[in-house]
Amino acid sequence: MKGQGGEVRRRVRQGWTSPAWLLSLMMGCTGSLLLSCLVFAQEPISTPPEIHVFDTPNDGGGSLTVQWAPASWDGPDVRYQILVGDASSTDPSTFTVMAEFPANSKYLKDTETAWWTRDVDKSWHHIVVRSAKGLEIKDGTSYAVSVATMRDDQRLFTPVIVATPSPDWFNWNQLNNLIIAASFGGLIFYTISHAKRNNIFLRRIPGLDAVDEAIGRATELGKPVLYLTGAHDLHDPSTVAAAVILGKVAKRAALYETELMVPHREPITMAVCQEITKQAYLEAGKPDLFKEDANFFITSDQFSYAAAVDGIMLRKKPAANFFMGHYFAESLLLTETGASTGAIQIAGTDADHQLPFFVTTCDYTLIGEELYAASAYLSKEPVQIGTLRGQDIGKAVILTAIAVGTVLATFGAVTGAEWPQIMLDFLSDVK
Amino acid sequence: MIFLRRQLPLLITLVAGLLFAAQYYVPHPASEQMLTSATKWLQIIGGFALVLGVTSLFHLHAVKIRRQEAGWGYSLVLYAGMLGTIAVGLWADGKESIEGVMTSFGWVYNYMMVPLQGTMFAILAFFIASAAYRSFRARSREAAVLLVAAVIVMMGRVPLGEYLVPLSGDVASWILNVLNASVRRAILIGVSLGAIALSFKIIFGVERSYLGGGKE
Repeated sequence: MKGQGGEVRRRVRQGWTSPAWLLSLMMGCTGSLLLSCLVFAQEPISTPPEIHVFDTPNDGGGSLTVQWAPASWDGPDVRYQILVGDASSTDPSTFTVMAEFPANSKYLKDTETAWWTRDVDKSWHHIVVRSAKGLEIKDGTSYAVSVATMRDDQRLFTPVIVATPSPDWFNWNQLNNLIIAASFGGLIFYTISHAKRNNIFLRRIPGLDAVDEAIGRATELGKPVLYLTGAHDLHDPSTVAAAVILGKVAKRAALYETELMVPHREPITMAVCQEITKQAYLEAGKPDLFKEDANFFITSDQFSYAAAVDGIMLRKKPAANFFMGHYFAESLLLTETGASTGAIQIAGTDADHQLPFFVTTCDYTLIGEELYAASAYLSKEPVQIGTLRGQDIGKAVILTAIAVGTVLATFGAVTGAEWPQIMLDFLSDVK
Repeated sequence: MIFLRRQLPLLITLVAGLLFAAQYYVPHPASEQMLTSATKWLQIIGGFALVLGVTSLFHLHAVKIRRQEAGWGYSLVLYAGMLGTIAVGLWADGKESIEGVMTSFGWVYNYMMVPLQGTMFAILAFFIASAAYRSFRARSREAAVLLVAAVIVMMGRVPLGEYLVPLSGDVASWILNVLNASVRRAILIGVSLGAIALSFKIIFGVERSYLGGGKE
């Protein structure tokens, strides 16, 4: 078009006015006009025909949710505005603009909602309006809400809808989590009762078999046993597991009359472990051997603690080192120093990022869940063993779900069928 | 006495455990407020517990100094360091700087504590090298697999390695994103189930050895 226009201008300047040229000029102009019409043809915009405004369900209050069906004009050149004002207001143009976004964005499918809490299709627009600069959304106060559709200078408002935000007492989006947790809890208690009536086979864990060997070696050498409970305090299950295993280790150490040292990073954990150790010495029939300062506090600072424990390892040269619980970067500083002293080292951690360091520097490593299973292996109590059976069944269920999901996803990708995706969405919501 | 030592702690554990498990499902501000309050309580209790810890530390090192056990000089250094830091901290009102001027407390922190922490962290590089050397000697089949995987990943993660063996980048990514990620997820699933099972046992009083063993 541009080239043709240039030619027209050039020929007009040249003064060439033959009928053929006039004909071509007329055809060119008509074509340009048609093309222009095609390029600038736009579907007229309107307001969303159906709009839902309501208190956001399953939240702590202070927000409203706006939903509306996707429209044929949705695209990057059209924008939506969410406007909020006082409940008594009726003119949306005076409302505060709480959000503005392209019309081809903000869908329900982008949010983390489950199918049992969705009232509309996932393709609907969905936006949660919270307090912003200029307007605070308060619980119990009603607000007027409108959606504006905009293109260039055009701005069309939906009728005003009034809604009142309020907090909720239950998050129904997490219902699946509650049901799964309760089912797993029920399963654990069932397997515990089952284990009390039946013998359950336990596979051997070399790291736990080596506990006796390590303490025995320390006894033979007349060296102490060093036991660490990790970096976290007792809010972490791994620290609780470490404290439980400490009871078993302390009992063996008491029976063998071997010195036990338990340096701590957290004073409350220290106090709890003191009680556990005391009880272990009582159960072993050696209360006179119990020392209050077997458990002692060093510092809560990560590297200061590592330096102090390294110093203890180098000076006292314990023959057996136990590293149970959760660890961070200090793991290698501790275990490599222990390895250099020639001690038998047994580690157990749920910190997956530290596992390689423990595996490379320790003689035995309890990987992940084995840390939680350790007390069952050491005590052989039916209650503990039953718990392990429950965990195994839980893992089997998860593995089955993963396998089914993999098959469905593969089948859907290969055949192009839609039903596998529906089932995958279901699994995704339930997980 | 048994009630105070056993039943009461178990009752508190049951009530608190169920309450805070339920808190996860309740989005109401009252629930959030309860969690915030409990967190503050824990911080306050932790503060008091620190006194317990420091008392333990002082006692342990006082005994070492009194008996002149091996390495008792280090205990003296600890006493000097701790008392000195407390003194300058009180002198500086716990502030590292006042009106842009570094206090003695700030000096202790910035020119003693931070470099010492940095030194300990830096040692990690050498420890990684020595641990890697010991592990990669390929004495067993597992160690050989570890060695091969490590070499490929190292080649794929450094520019020179990828320049020399262009395929190593893709292979390293595959090892990390497929093999490594799947194993990590398997471990995490096991850990999560183990943690949940332990939590159930503690909440319902099945596991009570953390109270000090015993089965009464």
